[in-house]
Amino acid sequence: MPEGTKVTFRVSRGDAQSSEFKDYTTEVTAGMVVLDAIHQIQAESAPDLACRWNCKAGKCGSCSAEINGMPKLMCMTRMDTIDTTQPVTVEPMRTFPRIRDLVTNVSWNYEVKKKIKPFKPRKPDAEDGSWRMHQEDVERSQEFRKCIECFLCQDVCHVLRDHHKHAEFAGPRFLIHTAQLEMHPLDTEDRLEQLKDEQNIGYCNITKCCTKVCPEHITITDNAIIPLKERIVDEFYDPLTKLFRIFKPKKKG
Amino acid sequence: MSNFTTHEFDVIVIGAGGAGLRAAIEASAQGVSVGLICKSLLGKAHTVMAEGGMAAAIGNVDDRDNWRVHFSDTMRGGQYLNNPRMAELHAKEAPDRVRELEAWGALFDRTKDGKILQRNFGGHRYPRLAHVGDRTGLEMIRTLQDYGIHQGIEVFMEHTVTRLLMDGDRVAGAFGYDRELGRFRVFRAGAVVLATGGIGRAFKITSNSWEYTGDGHALAYNVGAELVDMEFVQFHPTGMVWPPSVKGILVTEGVRGEGGRLVNKDGRRFMFDDIPDLYKNQTATDPEEGWRYVTGDKNANRPPELLTRDHVARCIVREVREGRGSPHGGVFLDIAWIKEKLPNAEEHIKKKLPSMYHQFKQLANVDITKEPMEVGPTTHYVMGGVRVDGDTQMSNVPGLFAAGEVAGGLHGANRLGGNSLSDLVVFGKRAGEYAAAFAKDKGRGALDESQVNDAATEALSPFDRPSGENPYTIQHDLQDMMQERVGIVRTEAEMAAAVDALGGLRQRAAGAGVVGNREYNPGWHTALDLANLLTVSEAVARCGLDRQESRGAHFREDFPAKDEGHAHHNTIVSRGDDGSMRVRREARNPLPEELDAIIKEMG
Repeated sequence: MPEGTKVTFRVSRGDAQSSEFKDYTTEVTAGMVVLDAIHQIQAESAPDLACRWNCKAGKCGSCSAEINGMPKLMCMTRMDTIDTTQPVTVEPMRTFPRIRDLVTNVSWNYEVKKKIKPFKPRKPDAEDGSWRMHQEDVERSQEFRKCIECFLCQDVCHVLRDHHKHAEFAGPRFLIHTAQLEMHPLDTEDRLEQLKDEQNIGYCNITKCCTKVCPEHITITDNAIIPLKERIVDEFYDPLTKLFRIFKPKKKG
Repeated sequence: MSNFTTHEFDVIVIGAGGAGLRAAIEASAQGVSVGLICKSLLGKAHTVMAEGGMAAAIGNVDDRDNWRVHFSDTMRGGQYLNNPRMAELHAKEAPDRVRELEAWGALFDRTKDGKILQRNFGGHRYPRLAHVGDRTGLEMIRTLQDYGIHQGIEVFMEHTVTRLLMDGDRVAGAFGYDRELGRFRVFRAGAVVLATGGIGRAFKITSNSWEYTGDGHALAYNVGAELVDMEFVQFHPTGMVWPPSVKGILVTEGVRGEGGRLVNKDGRRFMFDDIPDLYKNQTATDPEEGWRYVTGDKNANRPPELLTRDHVARCIVREVREGRGSPHGGVFLDIAWIKEKLPNAEEHIKKKLPSMYHQFKQLANVDITKEPMEVGPTTHYVMGGVRVDGDTQMSNVPGLFAAGEVAGGLHGANRLGGNSLSDLVVFGKRAGEYAAAFAKDKGRGALDESQVNDAATEALSPFDRPSGENPYTIQHDLQDMMQERVGIVRTEAEMAAAVDALGGLRQRAAGAGVVGNREYNPGWHTALDLANLLTVSEAVARCGLDRQESRGAHFREDFPAKDEGHAHHNTIVSRGDDGSMRVRREARNPLPEELDAIIKEMG
């Protein structure tokens, strides 16, 4: 893209009731990302254009949007990766109700998290209250703890996006949250029943859309959801385990 | 009477980064009701951007470390202008706060024997930073957030406080609005904890987000609280410089902690050219010794890249000014060179610095495992802040507490990397504890409706001027001006001109107008933030004028040396009865004997 190209952005504006696309043309310079363009539009012609952002470095997960229909962080989407011969559409995440323009109401996510049984560590290993863990044992949970809560995985998950199962299904973000707790070397809580009956992990049919959009490159499906599904099968549906369950205490730890 | 909703709590905490969350958790643990108010969504505050780690003398990697060494490192880094009581408590309590995070679920990187791993950082004598790759801040905020949501704290996300409410000389609550619909809220409380972070948006090139508009500093100042050390603004030596749209984004000091070297366009490792006397006996004499240090040789001294941030930033400015900079006005930071030393260097870099790898790859098309980065100084942190009691974190306004970046004192003239995350939890906890005690003891103050009405009128005034000046333009002009005149290299003439210019900007801000309505209107929010930015900018410029020497982060081209005449006082800012800003010097008390002995012993 040559220096100083004029690019048209077709931005979805409105609130929960109604919305329309409005075109804004602004100059795009070297290295710019979509969020820069949005800021430029605010400063030049639409000071009341609502968007969320914080770090502008892909670390806080605030500026999630759909750019040309693709769920992305606006701060990490470089303009030179986009076809600018056509107007660039920028829309809010569709899975959540819109507050205004590019800002959506994501409070549902916070409610889902609050319901998940919290971390419950085993007794400390040393007298000073600390634990001993090996690097290879913490790495599994560390992968999921990279999550920046941008909710793009929630946005793209068809159980939420197309089937609107918000009331029954926790979504990929909270399945990896549960996975990091379940795979945490110190945790003693048991969340399998909750996963099966409240979070309804069974609704996920492993299309891996969530993994594809994750800006942190977390292998959500393969490393978190599938192992959790396997545990549930072992715990609740394996005939042999079912038999043994009669004799073993229900909770670990 | 304006239309507003009132919420009542024993303690309200303004800001939900590391300090605010820790304060709210502690206050709640003391059995009082707590409201936590934050400008963004929970978990998005600036703490999330901290990369390198959290300093605590737990001695897992080098058992010679202890609180006394950490204390002396912090004081030396702050050029002995720190509040010594805070530096002492911080060094003593940080280890417990790290272990507490682990008990709440944080997963730090590990040593071979399974303990918390610690890494080297500038100005710390021993490897001291507990970390998770280069995303330690995310680990901290998520741990506090996930623990905090189960503690019965009521959270007000995307709410901005514009004023503190007073009952006589004590604080009685806060007034603000929610971003979603622009509805006014009144929070009545027995005690208020400010945890609003810093002032970085007063400058053009900054690693800080839109939130960092000096809200807490200005809220406190406006109700009579004193600010301290406001001349000391940290310019982090390594921000991105190219492409233009990412200028200022932070490049963690962890790159240098892992062996990254700074070189100029001639390939010279210029940090070896100027080593301050205070650090001569702690700095490597050649690159080989520096490499041995970063790879754990206890007998080696640190490479000069790991000198304090103020010094490294100035050396970079020198190289650029004298024509030895990189193509885009920075210098080169090279971590790729370690492949000469390590067989699996590429993998090692991706493992230790994953965010940096992705940040450069995605935003600048640079593969840091193969090529050097271009870096230059970026506004990062304000050492100055609300003046607080070292033990309780209470300001001179009864019931008003401050913790984290918004509080002044711990870091003196320059903060060491890694001392911020530990600051947040050590003093967040203390502020929460003492705020709860204050609220229990004194109860809630009375609300004064006239103050609420004034605040509401003030907040709505930009709507009366639909054809007023665009607030973004005023903010940009302020940032340009501060960058130019009160930046990393300062002079009397420039700062005096800045004070004048601020007067003009203040007039323009009073005429700023907004279009649209009150619902999630960023133009309106920007207009309201201007007043705070102007107040903190004025404080930085006036304190900078008063300190006629160079010390720590404050560098005066017209007074390039340290001056013993300025070594024994702090600069205090307060609001005069006529509303004008007053600056005075306050002599420092002599150090308590025990602390003085530590400093003498550590040399």
